[in-house]
Amino acid sequence: MYDDPNVVLHCEKIDKIYPGTKALDQVSFDLLRAKVNVLIGENGAGKSTLMKMIAGIEQPSAGKMYMGGEEVSFKDTNAARAKGIGIIHQELSLFPNLTVYQNIFMCHEKKNGLFLNDKKHIEGARKILQRLEHEIPPETLVGDLRVGQQQMVEIARNLIQDDLKVLIMDEPTSSLSAAEVKVLFKIMRELLEQGISIVYISHRLEEIMEIGDHVTILRDGKYVADADVKDIELSWIVENMVGKNTQYHRFERSIDLDHAEKILELKDISLPKKGGGWLLDNVSMNLKKGEVLGVYGLLGAGRSELFECLMGLRPEHTGEVIYNGQKIQIKNVSSQIKKGFALVPEDRQRQGLIQTLDICKNASIASLRKYTSGVFCNDSKESTAVDDSIQKLHIKVADKHLPILSLSGGNQQKVVISKGLLTNPTVLLMDEPSRGIDIGAKTEVFEIIHQLSEEGLSIIVISSELKEIMAIADRIYVLSNGKLTGELVGEEITEDNLVRASYAGLGTGRSAS
Amino acid sequence: MKKQNNNQLLMTLLKGRTFIVLIILVIFFSFAAKSFLSVATLTMVAKHVALYGILGLGMTFVIITGGIDLSVGSVVGLTGMLAGGMIQEGLTIGSKTLYFSVPSIIVIMCIFGILVGAVNGLIVTKLGVAPFIATLGTMYICRGFANLRSGGATFSKLNGYEALGNTGFKALGSNFLGIPAGVYVFAILAVIAAILLKKVPFGWYVLAVGGNEKSARLSGIKADKIKIFVYMISGFCAAWVGIINTSQLNAAHPASGDGWEMNAIAATVLGGTSMAGGSGTIIGTIVGAFVIGVINDGMTMCGVSEFWQKVIRGLVIILAVVIDQTQRNLQAKMALQARNESK
Repeated sequence: MYDDPNVVLHCEKIDKIYPGTKALDQVSFDLLRAKVNVLIGENGAGKSTLMKMIAGIEQPSAGKMYMGGEEVSFKDTNAARAKGIGIIHQELSLFPNLTVYQNIFMCHEKKNGLFLNDKKHIEGARKILQRLEHEIPPETLVGDLRVGQQQMVEIARNLIQDDLKVLIMDEPTSSLSAAEVKVLFKIMRELLEQGISIVYISHRLEEIMEIGDHVTILRDGKYVADADVKDIELSWIVENMVGKNTQYHRFERSIDLDHAEKILELKDISLPKKGGGWLLDNVSMNLKKGEVLGVYGLLGAGRSELFECLMGLRPEHTGEVIYNGQKIQIKNVSSQIKKGFALVPEDRQRQGLIQTLDICKNASIASLRKYTSGVFCNDSKESTAVDDSIQKLHIKVADKHLPILSLSGGNQQKVVISKGLLTNPTVLLMDEPSRGIDIGAKTEVFEIIHQLSEEGLSIIVISSELKEIMAIADRIYVLSNGKLTGELVGEEITEDNLVRASYAGLGTGRSAS
Repeated sequence: MKKQNNNQLLMTLLKGRTFIVLIILVIFFSFAAKSFLSVATLTMVAKHVALYGILGLGMTFVIITGGIDLSVGSVVGLTGMLAGGMIQEGLTIGSKTLYFSVPSIIVIMCIFGILVGAVNGLIVTKLGVAPFIATLGTMYICRGFANLRSGGATFSKLNGYEALGNTGFKALGSNFLGIPAGVYVFAILAVIAAILLKKVPFGWYVLAVGGNEKSARLSGIKADKIKIFVYMISGFCAAWVGIINTSQLNAAHPASGDGWEMNAIAATVLGGTSMAGGSGTIIGTIVGAFVIGVINDGMTMCGVSEFWQKVIRGLVIILAVVIDQTQRNLQAKMALQARNESK
């Protein structure tokens, strides 16, 4: 039995296993009463997963949870809510098609007998929004609000619960302006005074130092450390977040990049965000011939959006792109491929592969036009090209007409890379090329990147893994909240510099406007 | 500033567009066909509108959740055949033949319709079959059984027998105070549907599931239950149409209701319910049903050929959806404008 009056909820050795990955590994966690419990970790460290267990959205594969000395288990969100646990999700979980008051009172309706009492709803919504210092008319459609206001509605939904004991906030400030954050902190302090315990997940380290009471750090699904905020400094957090384990070997370059020509230049690229703010905010960068350029940043920093701009998926972007010394107009994907751009997308399964096609077709699909005789497909031309590619990238394939899913993750990724290479690109964009593949395959992918760049291909790599990007990139740009916050070369490339730059754009931002 | 006023005027016109179209249609047909504005014609139109309208009520719920119910036309046929068969032949169990009174037949048919709806809902939610496919399947199955019930023959003269206590079926097809009985049923069901959608939590849940199913689940709404329930409502409505239609014809024909699901969908979409789910109103569907009814009967009275009628109906539906899209875009634009001004 676990019974500590200062702990409102205790997690004991929680495991969560998803097919293929262990998202949580024997994590124990104390949720302190009437405190702001901060959870920190890199993307994929398991913070959100742990909170999903506590909120009843998902169930642990193993392990126990205790509240007030009693074991509890939540089969769904209703069960967790019955125990006074509310959650504000990382991704807004609102109904854009309904009004503000309907959103706030959804599943907590006030009724006159059988019928909804909308008068009470509107009144209640107005009151709660007043408390949040956001007097949004309760009859407004939530879809018409800007993101910061929607976030406030999401917060309001949780505050109407009378018996709220624990409030989980998963990155609640990611879309709030500085002023809104201030209001949120004020509300949080009020909640603490009422004895409500808060779990706070955020990437904004300075916020954590301001509002947090106790910090717990997770890494790769494992518990790393915990401490009271008053006892620690920022550098302690960074150190524990990143860890000191895996090291990749750094490649030697034979190309003199200092004198290499610039093949691509971006000037003041901006991309507006739906609902206000910017996904990319006046980003300028350049890429040299034969260079491996790293782009580092946190989730939502605008990394993938940058690639989407370059590939013609975001025609609404503004700014100038100079390619091979000429200003180019980016219209659509196929014209970008023709110009010599190729993308290895972030989500292999959803964006990279066509699962119903075989290995060969997956590799050749982007360049099929090249393997034709007249109007017909020429299988032997296609076959030769794919075979060459398989050999070059060392893809382990018994028969290239097998289903693509018969390959391991690493080999699937190589097929995606070869699809890009078969279009004969001059610039290769790789979005998280090592995601979801094992360590051996990672090293191979890095070797391929190195080899290709030695052959003169210019490559931009996005990665959220510090160690990896430090190993492969010749130069690194850091994006934070859509802004370019750092350009690091050579000796400047250190973990500390990267992490600091990746937080630099947060806090006060244009995102509020 | 002036531009904004223009926008607002356009918005009001767009919002009431189906109603405006309805008025224009009525005016047009009253000139094009001399007898259109007569009591007899309007009664006939109302009779047809009631049938499409009742189907549309159920369809509105289903479409708001993001689904579709293609089986309703066949359920109309099947419930008609089952009702007709029960009056003519009774229900034979073993060596005994039972005859039911008309009210109990109506109740049994409603339950039957609800059951078909429940099956649709279960296939969609528990087996994960896309609504289009699931209800396409039950559409064929129900139509098949409608034909099997009589070997393809029609049950005619459904007057019942005094001795068996099952007379009075014709009442649902006749007029009361000059208005067809079906219109009364339509009115009552429409009021109930409007209350369900607007005045009780269930309506919120339906809109929530259609608007963002994941959020609905996270909010604790039992999304599967809601979905099953909307198909049950649709089945219930289809059963009523089956009964009323059979009563109006005083005969049950296995091909009855063929293609009516399309009229119901058309009425719903014309009424502003979004096929993507998440929005829709009962009053919209009612007006939509009137538009469909007036176009169908109006064109027939003007002597437009059946073939051209189909072409025109198709154009009207596409036009309606295009206008709907325009309205949404305009709405989004105005919201953005308002937001910028408030800054």
